[in-house]
Amino acid sequence: MAACSIEDVLAKAEQDEAEKLKSITVQKELDLEFDIGNLVAYDKNRIDIRQFREQKKDDFLRSLARDNTQLLINEIWKHPTERVEEVIVVKLPEPTTALPREKPPPKPRPPTKWEEFAKLKGIQKKKKTNLVWDDVAKEWKRRWGYKRVNDGTKEWLIEVPETADPNEDQFAKRNKAKKEKVAKNELHRLRNIARAQKIKVPGVGLTPTAQQSTTDLIRAVNVAKVSTASAGKFQDRLPKEKAPRNTGKKRKFQPVIGNFSNEKQRQLDLLKVMDSKKPRLDVNKAVNKQMREDDREESAAKFRKGGKKGRKGGNFSGKGKGGSGKGKGGGSKGRAGGKGQGPPGGKKGAGKR
Amino acid sequence: MKQKEGVIKPKTKRAKRFLDNRAPKLRENVKNAMIMKGGNTSMTVTQALKDIYALKKPSAVLYKKKNITRPFEDSTSLEFFSKKTDSSLFLFGSHNKKRPNNLIFGRLFDFHVLDMIELGIEKYNSLSQIKNSKCPEGTKPMLVFAGEAFDHDDDHKRLKSLLTDFFRGPVVPSVRLAGLEHVLHFTALEGKIYMRSYRSLLKKSGCRTPRIELEEIGPSFDFVLRRTHLASDDLYKTAHRQPKALKPKKKKNISHDTFGTKFGRLHMQKQDLAKLQTRKMKGLRKRRGPAAAAEGETSSKTAKVEVE
Repeated sequence: MAACSIEDVLAKAEQDEAEKLKSITVQKELDLEFDIGNLVAYDKNRIDIRQFREQKKDDFLRSLARDNTQLLINEIWKHPTERVEEVIVVKLPEPTTALPREKPPPKPRPPTKWEEFAKLKGIQKKKKTNLVWDDVAKEWKRRWGYKRVNDGTKEWLIEVPETADPNEDQFAKRNKAKKEKVAKNELHRLRNIARAQKIKVPGVGLTPTAQQSTTDLIRAVNVAKVSTASAGKFQDRLPKEKAPRNTGKKRKFQPVIGNFSNEKQRQLDLLKVMDSKKPRLDVNKAVNKQMREDDREESAAKFRKGGKKGRKGGNFSGKGKGGSGKGKGGGSKGRAGGKGQGPPGGKKGAGKR
Repeated sequence: MKQKEGVIKPKTKRAKRFLDNRAPKLRENVKNAMIMKGGNTSMTVTQALKDIYALKKPSAVLYKKKNITRPFEDSTSLEFFSKKTDSSLFLFGSHNKKRPNNLIFGRLFDFHVLDMIELGIEKYNSLSQIKNSKCPEGTKPMLVFAGEAFDHDDDHKRLKSLLTDFFRGPVVPSVRLAGLEHVLHFTALEGKIYMRSYRSLLKKSGCRTPRIELEEIGPSFDFVLRRTHLASDDLYKTAHRQPKALKPKKKKNISHDTFGTKFGRLHMQKQDLAKLQTRKMKGLRKRRGPAAAAEGETSSKTAKVEVE
């Protein structure tokens, strides 16, 4: 009796298991192939066309999809899970289908000239700390950067060395040396980048890749001309070629301490000009200029008012002939009023000034 | 980074991060898709493009204006757009009398066209027509490809690879079990491809693995395969070349047998077994003097044991 009941119990347990699994088992001729890394399943079974046509298409497809998805889910559930912040998460393996890349794989950066030299000599990189103890200030200071330890540029006292010219500006010399060092470093950095990317360091028009405008081309030609051993002094110009514009220094200043006689002369000239009775302002010219400007402003105002349609010539001379030179301190900007007679009353103007 | 005048040097950290994001990497970003319209489009096509954009958000851009180009003839405009938006997938929709309701799926490698496959829409149900609650945006979908054609026919094989690339989303190391909701099912039958999109409901079954019930949500398409422009074999191979750094490092001298037991191998120098150092047995040491002869026998015996 007991034996019967044990057998019964076991049989019942088996039946229960089978029923439980029934809900998730799917019968297929061929097993599906899975790529769990991408959550993809490939079903290579033949699809019964007759069945497809008999049933409504959507229902057939839906049942097929349900079966395939069930198999995929079964496969996913076989993988290890873990708990991450109250959420159960399954760890996916690496994707197995080979898909093409977006861009070609990155090329390793070629070593810089220093790196090559270090490798050759066997020089190892020594790790340095960021902060260094400064005894003078009794605190930790950076090795480089803002408020660093050995800041040579902050020295307010420079001893003139024996061999140097006593009139030389040591501070200027220090600044110049620093600028040269920075420029040299930048040049080497760009050269390393250019060598890595195998293109020339971009100069003016040296790398003609895209559409270049006339100004770019002219600039490139001018730079090329000056880049000879004698700085373009013996380069001939083509018959109709124009001289290059905007070359040379933009502003020139006199040195602060230099030619004393020159400075004295310039100061005296300035005083002379200030003392003279004759006005420096050419009244005629100023008045004409002012009239022209007024006309222009008027036409611009009318244009703005009338919009694009109401464009009428724009030559309104509603203004009377510009007044006498009321130039305020020699400025052409000063409004000349617009009343009174035209003729340049030089004498009139003088009084004002 | 190569612009009009050679290398552009980023002036801010933000610009540098932006350029580094777009540079070639070991592990690549999610592929972006650009969805655009051709010279003439029908309502079906515009709605279809919008639906696929909804599936592919946020790694997709939808262009509103029409582009008068023909991808199969001239792909320069596509390549220009892909460079600007850093996209390597595209979907081009158009409609004309000869090819009604046309969609061109394509992908690019190094901003040049790799593959292009033209599919015609025969029947289409949009997202709005099927009234159900939809999956949240950005869920990684499960893809199922059914049908023998996806295995036997070359065009269908490429189409399978292209559709996987298009719809798979970001590659993640782990996935939330409850978040496996979206299923895209592709069936290849009689020269046609049926695409259906379902939402899967995980029901309780007796055991750990849940039972699946499907509910149709998203757009459903009946495609017919038209023209294809597939990449040549060597270009395809170059596109698949993976950098060596990604290959998993093999651990040497470790092997597993069929039962899963782990075996290791040790490499040793040649040993002289006679001079092998074993446990010291003080009592058996050779003693000098008369006892040596008596010990001689015993020591030889012990020697035998040691050698074993």
